[in-house]
Parts: sequence; structure tokens; C-alpha cells
Amino acid sequence: MAGAASALFLLDIKGRVLVWRDYRGDVTAAQAERFFTKLIEKEGDSQSNDPVAYDNGVTYMFVQHSNVYLMIASRQNCNAASLLFFLHRVVDVFKHYFEELEEESLRDNFVVVYELLDEMMDFGYPQYTEARILSEFIKTDAYRMEVTQRPPMAVTNAVSWRSEGLQFKKNEVFLDVIESVNILVNSNGQIVRSDVVGALKMRTYLSGMPECKLGLNDRVLLEAQGRATKGKAIDLEDIKFHQCVRLARFENDRTISFIPPDGSFDLMTYRLSTQVKPLIWVEAQIERHSRSRVEMLVKARSQFKERSTATNVEIELPVPTDASNPNVRTSLGSASYAPEKDALVWKIKSFPGNKEYMLRAEFHLPSITAEEATPERKAPIRVKFEIPYFTVSGIQVRYLKIIEKSGYQALPWVRYITMAGEYELRLM
Amino acid sequence: MSGHDSKYFSTTKKGEIPELKEELNSQYKDKRKDAVKKVIAAMTVGKDVSSLFTDVVNCMQTENLELKKLVYLYLINYAKSQPDLAILAVNTFVKDSQDPNPLIRALAVRTMGCIRVDKITEYLCDPLQKCLKDDDPYVRKTAAICVAKLFDINAELVEDRGFLEALKDLISDNNPMVVANAVAALAEIQENSTSPIFEINSTTLTKLLTALNECTEWGQVFILDALSRYKAADPREAENIVERVTPRLQHANCAVVLSAVKMILQQMELITSTDVIRNLCKKMAPPLVTLLSAEPEIQYVALRNINLIVQKRPTILAHEIKVFFCKYNDPIYVKMEKLEIMIKLASDRNIDQVLLEFKEYATEVDVDFVRKAVRAIGRCAIKLERAAERCISVLLELIKIKVNYVVQEAIIVIKDIFRRYPNTYESIIATLCESLDTLDEPEAKASMIWIIGEYAERIDNADELLESFLESFPEEPAQVQLQLLTATVKLFLKKPTEGPQQMIQVVLNNATMETDNPDLRDRAYIYWRLLSTDPEAAKDVVLAEKPVITDDSNQLDPSLLDELLTNISTLSSVYHKPPEAFVTRLKTTAQKTEDEDFAEGSEAGYSSSNPVDSAASPPATTGNIPQPAGRQPAPTPAAPAPVPDLLGDLMGLDNAAIVPVDEPATPSGPPLPVVVPASTGQGLQISAQLSRRDGQVFYSMLFENNSQAVLDGFMIQFNKNTFGLAAAGPLQIPPLHPGTSARTMLPMVLFQNLSPGPPSSLLQVAVKNNQQPVWYFTDKIILHALFGEDGRMERGTFLETWRSLPDSNEVQREFPGITITSVESTIDLLTAFNMFFIAKRKNGNQDVIYLSAKVPRDVPFLIELTAMVGQPGLKCAVKTPTPEIAPLFFEAIELLFKA
Repeated sequence: MAGAASALFLLDIKGRVLVWRDYRGDVTAAQAERFFTKLIEKEGDSQSNDPVAYDNGVTYMFVQHSNVYLMIASRQNCNAASLLFFLHRVVDVFKHYFEELEEESLRDNFVVVYELLDEMMDFGYPQYTEARILSEFIKTDAYRMEVTQRPPMAVTNAVSWRSEGLQFKKNEVFLDVIESVNILVNSNGQIVRSDVVGALKMRTYLSGMPECKLGLNDRVLLEAQGRATKGKAIDLEDIKFHQCVRLARFENDRTISFIPPDGSFDLMTYRLSTQVKPLIWVEAQIERHSRSRVEMLVKARSQFKERSTATNVEIELPVPTDASNPNVRTSLGSASYAPEKDALVWKIKSFPGNKEYMLRAEFHLPSITAEEATPERKAPIRVKFEIPYFTVSGIQVRYLKIIEKSGYQALPWVRYITMAGEYELRLM
Repeated sequence: MSGHDSKYFSTTKKGEIPELKEELNSQYKDKRKDAVKKVIAAMTVGKDVSSLFTDVVNCMQTENLELKKLVYLYLINYAKSQPDLAILAVNTFVKDSQDPNPLIRALAVRTMGCIRVDKITEYLCDPLQKCLKDDDPYVRKTAAICVAKLFDINAELVEDRGFLEALKDLISDNNPMVVANAVAALAEIQENSTSPIFEINSTTLTKLLTALNECTEWGQVFILDALSRYKAADPREAENIVERVTPRLQHANCAVVLSAVKMILQQMELITSTDVIRNLCKKMAPPLVTLLSAEPEIQYVALRNINLIVQKRPTILAHEIKVFFCKYNDPIYVKMEKLEIMIKLASDRNIDQVLLEFKEYATEVDVDFVRKAVRAIGRCAIKLERAAERCISVLLELIKIKVNYVVQEAIIVIKDIFRRYPNTYESIIATLCESLDTLDEPEAKASMIWIIGEYAERIDNADELLESFLESFPEEPAQVQLQLLTATVKLFLKKPTEGPQQMIQVVLNNATMETDNPDLRDRAYIYWRLLSTDPEAAKDVVLAEKPVITDDSNQLDPSLLDELLTNISTLSSVYHKPPEAFVTRLKTTAQKTEDEDFAEGSEAGYSSSNPVDSAASPPATTGNIPQPAGRQPAPTPAAPAPVPDLLGDLMGLDNAAIVPVDEPATPSGPPLPVVVPASTGQGLQISAQLSRRDGQVFYSMLFENNSQAVLDGFMIQFNKNTFGLAAAGPLQIPPLHPGTSARTMLPMVLFQNLSPGPPSSLLQVAVKNNQQPVWYFTDKIILHALFGEDGRMERGTFLETWRSLPDSNEVQREFPGITITSVESTIDLLTAFNMFFIAKRKNGNQDVIYLSAKVPRDVPFLIELTAMVGQPGLKCAVKTPTPEIAPLFFEAIELLFKA
């Protein structure tokens, strides 16, 4: 069962080693580089390769971030989920340190990169990935002081994500409730899949070690407390908590209690698979007069109450790759042809509830076509939007109590927003 | 916060090392620090800076933590190459391990553990012992891991110095991080030790479950992974454990979730209450589903694991199939895995929706994904009887789109559907036949041919359809040839009319004489014998009822499945292979199994050089020839014997003798001339010559591998030549290990790639393999290999032909160096090469012999030889409609008589 990483590599876009840390001395950089350059050369892009690959006794696991690959090599039966997730955490840590993780920032900070790799992983075992705490004792040149540091208490504390003794003049908490609507409509117009993924994103500016308690209109909790469900109570299907939340306590009495990290983090995520009416419905009639032109008639309808308004609506309509000479008219918003995406993008800044708008477009098609019918890439219609002050699930923050022994009053600010996640409508 | 370290990479080119050396010894702190950074930068880009070892180590004693870390990093990299100098660092290490700053104490122990130099390891023990009992948990957690490092370097030392006990004590440490690292270290040590070191009892269990609530997410993974080995004493304890673990399912770290799932699944084995089980299944579903919102790489690992989980406990996700529907932007590796799970979860209830999805995928652009989607439809049809008809109609719709690879894939799965539901859906055969001529992949072709053969009686023009394939029989891959053979036999048995009778003759001839594939040959002879001895028995055998197939593809063996489930979240669960199959810790002996599992097809053998994937050969192979027990035909030599010597071969088979498989009809006779000597072929020596056997032209070849590497993937190509000689099939040479050789007789066809211009005996050949450059060589076309067996002429015809040809068609040459020893032996020699004796006469003391021969395309060749027996000198005259070839003939004569 046991198993750990042999080495961690940071590679450039061609698979050459930029920086690497050897943890066990049983995989060489040359070996890893040889394997990986060959792998990406063969496929062209990493997207087509399984993220776990085996070569000559060594397993390689990798993720990509901008122009950098992060790769772990191991000779043992290690925990793949843990190590791949660790790589994503490493990305987060580097981003915290260098703002952007890319080849240049790694080169510019290689000393800190080595220090971090030494601290985050030991003998191939993930150790510590709290960027904010790490930056208390591993600093870049600009912030470095000559005094010798001690490891912050948090590194080994039960509360490993927050340092003691923080001070703020104004104690504030911002809580954003963000729901992403994922929907998949098949070519018959049926909703094949629809779910909502919600996230409670927090930004805290709180002194000391504050104890927080969050109350939601969670049906299980309200019923357990014997409260009449006034208003709407909701069923949260699968809740995931940040490690600061006491899971055992939640399991016992559904109380969400925690000492928050400083700054921004995702307190919890949840998922609802109750079917919702698609907030924006798009219908497209496409008439293809082969070898001359293609006509599109698109209707977009908002299916939410009039008092809400969707903003930054973007409807991406696929067009044939060989289309040209667009001629577009819309009843609202603007549409532009994006040949690089093979799409017509219809943008509507503000889309009020319960309205319908139209788009008409015509493209020319070449008069000559290839003899053999190669299948066209069948992209779906994709929609992006945001609806502020609105949640699909009806989730409500009933309270956010903040108690600190110094007894200050903290102000919680709560915002709600719904946005499109993977919102796809397949064409007929 | 961004640095400017990149400047350290740009150093002066000349005198770099001396320059650095000077800077490292500078009296200024900052300069020394910069120099060390430059050294590390050079190390990072792969330059060897080990010569600066002493100078760098001299910078080690510093108050500056950053500098210290860099020097330590340098040590980790170069200590092994400078073991004697590394000892210089020991003092500082020991001193640092007592530093008041816990960061430095931990750093010293951590680094010393990474330096795999025996001399240093000895000095590590004392500081490590102290650090394991340090006041600061940060130092203790580092020391815990260090014990595992030490064990990896010197296991004995760890046992002798009592580190194991110290490590076990850390399980009771009050700091959860220390506990977690101690668990990780102990688990690793246990894995590499045969004696019981880390056994979890109920007390440690309680301690660890408590620590679980407080340690970091990574620590939680260590603890859960270690605990999943724990066997609860009874169902009650199992339930208690599960209760403590289930809150982890809510953790945001997916590795924690998967390890918790693993542990719950293990304990569920013991739990007897069905209510509890049902409840647990319900609890595990949502977290598993949520894993599919993670990053694609994590999704991939999750999907590979879910694949295992649904095989063991299908109820958990029975209602969640929709979450596995592919999103447009999913990476292909995620889509492929989702598809696999969709098949597993498909049921009568959801099949309509699933089919709509599959149909959608089947029109995407990624060919592999499309194929897999089409196959998925077939597998659902086989799995769900009530949905089979709907699956078929979707497949037919897809066939109508006429995308070539979709059609081929559909035909392959329809063949399987026919096998699963015989006599149910044959009405669609007509539709399938429409696509006949678009098939170009062996498996699809073979499948279609199987269908035609199997249902020959219902397809009016079955004979025509099969006949269309027969023309290209010799060029088809073995898989198709085998099916074609069987299908023709079926057709003949079902419709014993004239057409099929002729076809069967052609096929049997082809499959017995014109092939060097022993599988095909053997099967053909078995059919031949069956048909000629007892046609009724042949019917019973060939048309026997076939066992119905089931969809067990991708279903794992239960014991393997259980083993993999104990490995959830690990690589083993990703590969679906037990750890022994791929773990290659350099100490263990697992190397061998690994080779077997991953280097497929490396074993030498006839079948491995065969381009056809043998595992994918259609099931008809086994279905058509049920166990011959009790039905073994008596070994009577009743079969028509067109080729007696080969039939002998078959007799040998009947007597259970083993035919040397990789040497089909090894030619005897003189050694072949070397065409590529080992000296020019980088160790590969090729000998080759054209030859003739049983009416067929072969290219006899011998490959000898004198190089150090295994050579495989041999291919051959002939340039255009006078007779258009070309290979009739692929070159079948097994991978050649160093020091081995292989012979083959490559069947040749004529008039494939004719070269224009005057006739020439030049034969240009190119041979390649996967390891070496292409080898080109020229060989001679020896004309007598082309003389046909039907070249014998009646005396009268000979005279007539001779007279009818003008004199300009007669060519003569003298061979002063050739001596004929006797007329009889000369005739025998020439007859063996299809030059047939017509007449002889005496002209004074000279003997004159007349012979006839025929070159391909029925061109007669009339030969007159004049010589004095026992005296040097041979005169040779030929008369033929194509006198241009005569020079080639003279070359052949020279060759024959000189040999």
C-alpha cells in the first residue's frame, strides 16, 4: 500500500527539465526527460495522453499549467490520487508566490522553488501545502530578512492553515455564494443532464483565532431542530468542506463550525442534481444549402423571473469550418464571427428575465467539397451568463456567527450569484 | 513577489569554474551567496559542478538559512560522487542538528537522510535519535520520515539502533502531523520487510482514528491508507470504524475521499446488516459523483477506480449513469473511461438514453472514441437482450452515415450480436452487404465474411459475394484468409452446387499450397480431409451449433478485483494490475513479471511477427471447430494428393508430431548466397536467392543477427524489375534475438511491378527492420526459377514451333569453361529446373540435346545444347518469341553448370 514519489519535475512545454527535485535517487532526470519528450512529441498535445503513464519500471504522473508541466515519477505503488492532487496544490502554491506559474517565473525564482519543493514534500511524501503559512518562513528575495526564522506553529498545529496573532483594524468577512449551472441538452431538445455546483467562497480579514459558525437553510438541519420550514429549505446533496471545517461535528449535528484561514478560500462546495428549468434556452434552426450557403435562425429565451437580469451573456453558435462571408442581424446585443473557434459569438450585456431575442445569420459555403465525407466536428451551442442576486437552489445564509476571545464585532457581507458552468445544447 | 534569479543562469563562458571557485572563497558574504546561487543554477541546467565540492561545503557554516539550504541542496546532488569529501560536511550537520532553531535542526536531519553515502549514514544515527525525541513537533515529524530513509539505505542499522521502537512510540505522539508521518514511515518499512513491524491492533486503531480528525489532509491520506489493511474483529467493530471514517467523505481533498471509500469498502466485507450496507452505498454515491467535477487528471484516476467499484457493488451508482455522459470538452482519456462505465451501468431502464448518447459520440471526430462508442452499442446489445433490437437499429442508422470506420466497427459488433442471438436479426444482412466493398480493415472484413458464411443459405448471392474476395486471397491478412476458408467451406456444405465447388477448389489450393502460414494450411487440410472422407461429418463439424457468447469483456476476475479494491486510489487501481506487475523497487525481484506484462509480443515466435492481432480474431475460429474428440478421422490417405510431400506433412500432424512452426518448408540444398554481409549490415547478415517449389516462386531468405540488439519488424520491398516480381505477402520474421537466425520462404508473385526497358536480371531489394536503417541490395533474377512446370512439349510441337520462329529469334552463346560429364546427368539436372528433354542426337563426337521450357505468360523457350562429353566447351542456342530474355537464360545456364 505504501508508496511515494521518487522525484518531482518541472518541465517546459517541450518536456525539457527546468527544475527537478530528487527525493529517492531511483529515477534520473535524463530518463524522465527522455520518456516525456517522446510522449508529447508523439501526441502533440498532452490532452490526448493518459495522465498516468508507465515506462520501463517507472510511473509518470503529470499535469499541465500554462507552459509548464509538473510531473511526478515513482517506482512504487503510490497513491495516484494523492500525488496528482498534490501537483495541483503545488501549482496553487507557486501561483501564490509568483502570481503566475510559467517557465519564466520558475527560472526567476529557482532558489525559492527548490526551498518550496524541499518543504512541501519529504522523501516523496506530501507534507505541507498551505501557501500562506509557507510564505511566512520561505520568502522570496524581495521580502527576505536576515533574521533566522522558526517554523510557524501552524505547520504542525491541528489548525495548520492559520497563524496566530493576526491583527486587523476592521474585522470583516466576505461570503460569496456562487452557483454554476451545468446542463446538457441533447439534439432532441431533451435535458439529458442538469446539475448545480455551488461554492461558498470566503475572504476573511479577522483578528486572532475566530470561531465561526455558519447557518444555512439546510433541510436536514432545520428538520432536526424541529423548526417549521418557513420559506424554502433545501437539500444539499454532496457537500465538500475545506479542511478547516470540523467534519465529525457536521456529521453529528450538521453544524458547520470552523476556524477560517486568513484571506480567500472555498469554505464549501455542494452539488444539487434536481432538475432545473434551463435559465437560458437557445433554439437554432440551421438550414444548409449545400455548396452555397448556410442560414441560421436562433432564438434565445430567458426563463427566469422578470426581476432578475442575466449579464455578460455569451452564446457560442457553431458554424461549419469552411463558412465565410458572415451576414448577421440581431434583435439585441452584438454578434461576431470567431473563425478560430468555428463559431459565431453572440454577446448580450444585459438580458432581462422572461424575454426572447433573435439572431439571423447567413454564411457562404464553398462550392467545391471534398469527395469523401469526413465527419464534421459537431460542437454544441454553448452559453455563458451570470445572474447576480439569485441562486437556483434557493440556498440562504441564515447566519454567520464569529466569536473571538477578544470579543470584537465582525461584519459579514454575503453576495449571491448564479452563472453558467458547462452549459451545452447539442444541435439537431 | 517575484525574483530575478534568472541572472544567475547567465555566466561567463570561459573560465567559469575557476571564477566560481574564487567567488566562493570571497571574504564577502553576499558574494559567496551569489556564487552558491550560480553553482546551483549551473547544477539546475545540468552542468557538472562537482569539482567545486570543497569550496561549496566551506560555505555551509553560515547563519544565513537560505544559503545553508542551497549548500545542502548541492550536497544532496553531489555527495554520492564525492563520498570522501562528503565527510567534511558531517561536523556541520551534527552541529546543525543541535541548533536552537528547529527549522535548522529539521533541515539537517532531512538532508542527511537524503545523502546516500555510507560514511555519512553512520553519523546520522545519533542526531536522528535525538531528533526523534525533540521538543519541537516540526523536528519530530521530519525525523519520523528520516527513519524510513535510513531503512532504505541500511535496514540493519535501523533495527540494531532501535529506531523502529522509537518510531512506533511516535504513533502515540500528541501531535497529529508527527503521528501521520510515523504511520507513513512504518507502512513503507513494513512493505519492504518480511518480519511483522507495523501491526495495527485495536489500541493503535483508536489512536489513529483520533489523529485522523486533526492532521493535515496529506496526513489523513497516510493514516487512511495504512488503516485500510486493518481487519476488524467482527461486524460491530467494522461498523464502528466505518462510522468514524464516513465524515471524511465530505473532505475537499479527493485523495482523502478515495482513501475513505477504500476503507469503507474493506470494512463492508465484514458487515452483515443489509440496512447498514444499503445506507453506506447511499452515502458513498454523492462523493464519488462529485469526484467528476475535479480536475481532469483526478477524474481519470477516479474513473478508473469507479470502474472497479461498480464491478463489485453495482448498486452504488446504479442511478447515476447520467453523470458519466461525456462533456464536449472532456479530454479524450476521460471520455474513454466514462464510456466504459456507461456500458457497465447500462440497464433496461436507461438504455434508450444511453443509446442516444452513444449515437451522438459515434458522430464525433476522434476516431478512437468513435470506434469505442460503436463497440459500446454492440456490447450493450449483447448485455441487454431486450434492448438488442434498439441497439441494432442504431447501428444501422450509423452504417447509413457511410463513414468508413464507423461502418467497419459496426459490422464487427453486429457479428458478435449474431453470435449472441442466433437466428434473430438476419433480416439486416442485406443492408450490411451494401457496404461490402468499403471494408478494408482485416477485422471488419473477417467479420463480414463470417456473416456471409454463417448465413450462406439465406443470402441468395452468397457465392458471388465470397467470390469477390477470393481474387485477392493470397494478399489478404491471415485473419481474413482463415475466415474466407471457413466461409467457403460452409457455403459449399450448404449449397453443394457447381459454383461453390469450384470456389472450394480454388480456396483449398490457395490455402494449402500457396501459403506458408501453418494455421491456415492445417485448417485447410483438415477441411479437405473432412470433405473428402465424410461430407456428413464435415457438416456436423463445420456447421455445428456454436456456444452463445456473453459480454464478459473488461470484466475482471473476482479475486483480482478484490485485490485491486484494497488498492483503491493507488497506481494498481489505475492500471487494473496487481502491484507486483509494475513495482520495480530496485531491490525486489519483481523485474521479471513486469517485463512479461508490459513488453507484449517480445517472445519470438511465428505468431508474433504476424501483423494480425491474434486476440482479436473473430470467435468463429473456436466456434466452427468444436473439440474433435470421438470424431477424429481415421488417418486414411484418401485425400486427393496434388502435392504429396506436403500431404506427408499433414500425416505427421495426425500422428501428433509437432511440425516446426517457424520454419515452414525450410529449403534444403546449398547455402544461400550472402547479399548483405554482417560487416555492412551492422551485424545483420542477409542471404537470399530466388527459388521455385511446387509451382510457386519463392524468395528464400536467411537472416542472421550478429548485432547486440533484438531486431524486429522486418519488412521487404522489391523494386520494379523485368518480371515484375513482388512479395505475395508480408515478410514473416519473428523478432531476432542477438545470435539467432531465421529462415523464410517468401512467396512471390509475378508481373506486379514491371520495369520498362530492356530485360535485365537485376533484382533490387530493400529490407528494413525497426532498429536499423534500410538495407538495399541487388540480387539476380535466376531465370530457371521462373520456368513453369507445364513447359514440356510434344516432339512435333517442338519442331513446329522451332520452324515457325524466324532465325532472328535464335540466339547463341559459347561457354568454354563448362564441361559436361554425361548426357543423362545433364538432362536430369535441367529437368529438375523445368527444362524438359525433347530429343538428343550425335553430331560427330558432339552430343546435341533439345529441351523445352516455358517462362511466365506462356512464352515457349526452345533450347539446343551442343557439347563434347568430358571436354570443356558448351554451345547453347535458344529460340524463343522473346529473344531479349536470352541473356538471362545464359546467366542461368552458367549458374547451373558451375554449381
